[in-house]
Amino acid sequence: MLSQRQSPAIEIAGLVKRYGDTTAVDGIDLDVPTGAVLGLLGPNGAGKSTVVRILATLLRPDEGSARIGGYDVVRDAYRVRQLIGLTGQYASIDEDLTGMQNLTLIGRLLGLSKRQARHRASDLIEDARLHEAAARPVKTYSGGMRRRLDLAASLVSQPAVVFLDEPTTGLDPARRGDIWSVIQRLAERGSTVLLTTQYLEEADHLADDVVVLDAGRIVARGTPDDLKRRLGRQTLEIKVTDPARLGETARMVTTVIGSPSITDEQTGQLSAPVPDGRIMPTVVRQLDEAGIEVSELALRLPSLDDVFLTLTGHHATSDANENTTGTSSEGSNP
Amino acid sequence: MTITPPIEALTPATREHATLSDAVSQSMVLAQRGIIKLGRHPMGLADVILGPAIFLCLFGYIFGGAVSGDTDGYLHYIFPGIVGLMTLFATMGVAASLSQDLAKGIFDRFRSLPLVRIAPLIGAIGSDIVRQVVSLAALIGFGLLLGVRFQTDLVYVLAAGGLALAFALSVSWVWVLLALAIRDTAAVQGLAAVIIFPITFTSNIFVPPETMPEWLQTIVAWNPVGHLVDALRGLMMGGPVAEPVLLTSAWMAAFVLIFAPLSLRAYNRCT
Repeated sequence: MLSQRQSPAIEIAGLVKRYGDTTAVDGIDLDVPTGAVLGLLGPNGAGKSTVVRILATLLRPDEGSARIGGYDVVRDAYRVRQLIGLTGQYASIDEDLTGMQNLTLIGRLLGLSKRQARHRASDLIEDARLHEAAARPVKTYSGGMRRRLDLAASLVSQPAVVFLDEPTTGLDPARRGDIWSVIQRLAERGSTVLLTTQYLEEADHLADDVVVLDAGRIVARGTPDDLKRRLGRQTLEIKVTDPARLGETARMVTTVIGSPSITDEQTGQLSAPVPDGRIMPTVVRQLDEAGIEVSELALRLPSLDDVFLTLTGHHATSDANENTTGTSSEGSNP
Repeated sequence: MTITPPIEALTPATREHATLSDAVSQSMVLAQRGIIKLGRHPMGLADVILGPAIFLCLFGYIFGGAVSGDTDGYLHYIFPGIVGLMTLFATMGVAASLSQDLAKGIFDRFRSLPLVRIAPLIGAIGSDIVRQVVSLAALIGFGLLLGVRFQTDLVYVLAAGGLALAFALSVSWVWVLLALAIRDTAAVQGLAAVIIFPITFTSNIFVPPETMPEWLQTIVAWNPVGHLVDALRGLMMGGPVAEPVLLTSAWMAAFVLIFAPLSLRAYNRCT
């Protein structure tokens, strides 16, 4: 549960949003304390963006309510807009304008004088390390530069609450750090940040609290450490050559690591959360003694998919979402 | 660090409502954005510069002789008509630029900012003023070159330009609504052309309506573009001015009063 230091910056109660027959957001209750960084973790189609769009006053909820700084996102939308900054999934900046012009435009729209707006823009340009590109049209920017500019654009108003909708999706992992450092400085300044992401690593790195969404519902919440404890620090993966011996292998692994594993009989694959690599030799020895032949044996860091397998019993990938629902019963039986 | 120093003007003592002066300044800032963009795409002005030249030559010299037996006389008849026509054509730019903005997500940013809701729409229309002025200037320049001589004085001609501009801005609300309702740039442009052509041809732009069948004359009599062209003829070539200007103004008011609120509604609803 999230701690309540003072009145929450974001209060969400019973939020529902439907698109035709699909329910994108299916009854979400969530409070985010002032100054916290909350990671909203989930695969494509989990409803993350819909939640952000409702909070940013771009969408009206069908049921329930959401408040930012005590103001209702529907009734007091104009006040809410004065408190928030939004960075969308794809950069919503003007490609024909320069980086500087984009930021100055927003400052001017927010009521700053020309001089103030330019001053603020050049500060943000500096901060986003876009100084050399400031006078170039945005269409010449790389993907990472666009994201940094877009993030800067959402900070012109010094927002108390910042929404970042998958700020690093599609970015080269090496470039994520640039965005992360800006987000960390935001948090240090005291802004409340709601960040959606598909990357557990990102949530782990930035968020105080993580909420896991699946099919419009909250399936888990806690600190990144809580989640990882439930998940294991690493994941053990074994693929047996003879799928008939999978059950036997699973029982053996359970005895060694002391927690259940997930098996897939079709592929003969087994995965289990493990605290560290020290169990590896034991596992190998026991496999050897039992004469179980394996074609794959690996230890890796947990991915979002592991979080999902552990928490929901089905895979996280959106392509798999539809076809796994039928077969998830096999996997959801740890 | 730049994220830290709070600027006085931005400290979030929130206000309940925006003021009228916010609306004006925000609209102007957004219109400026369109004008800056125009500077980056000078070729975007090609249609409003070359269009008038082509139409004047086409109708003045190719059809003129056949229609009225006298190219020079026809040129003077058709010139104010072409002004009306090109004014209307140039307004389609609003539909194109607005639907591109909507597709690119930049309106999501505008909608998440504390802006007066109608400002981005007025801004979209306002940024087209430069295109309209260029179109008018090109038209008058080519007209003079081809031998058009205004029968009134400069004040009247300027008034004609002002009227054409005001008409363009009010008609633009139709395209704003269209762009907001149909989220597909190509479809919006196609539909705009389909709407514009019948309106321009069922008017007094090219030929005197007396030559048309009676039922068509009724349509022509109600055509807003026809009233604009009547007013332009009066202001540029002499003739009645007060009545057509009044009727044109009534149409302009109607366009704004009907389509601006509908556009605002569509804008508030867009997801």
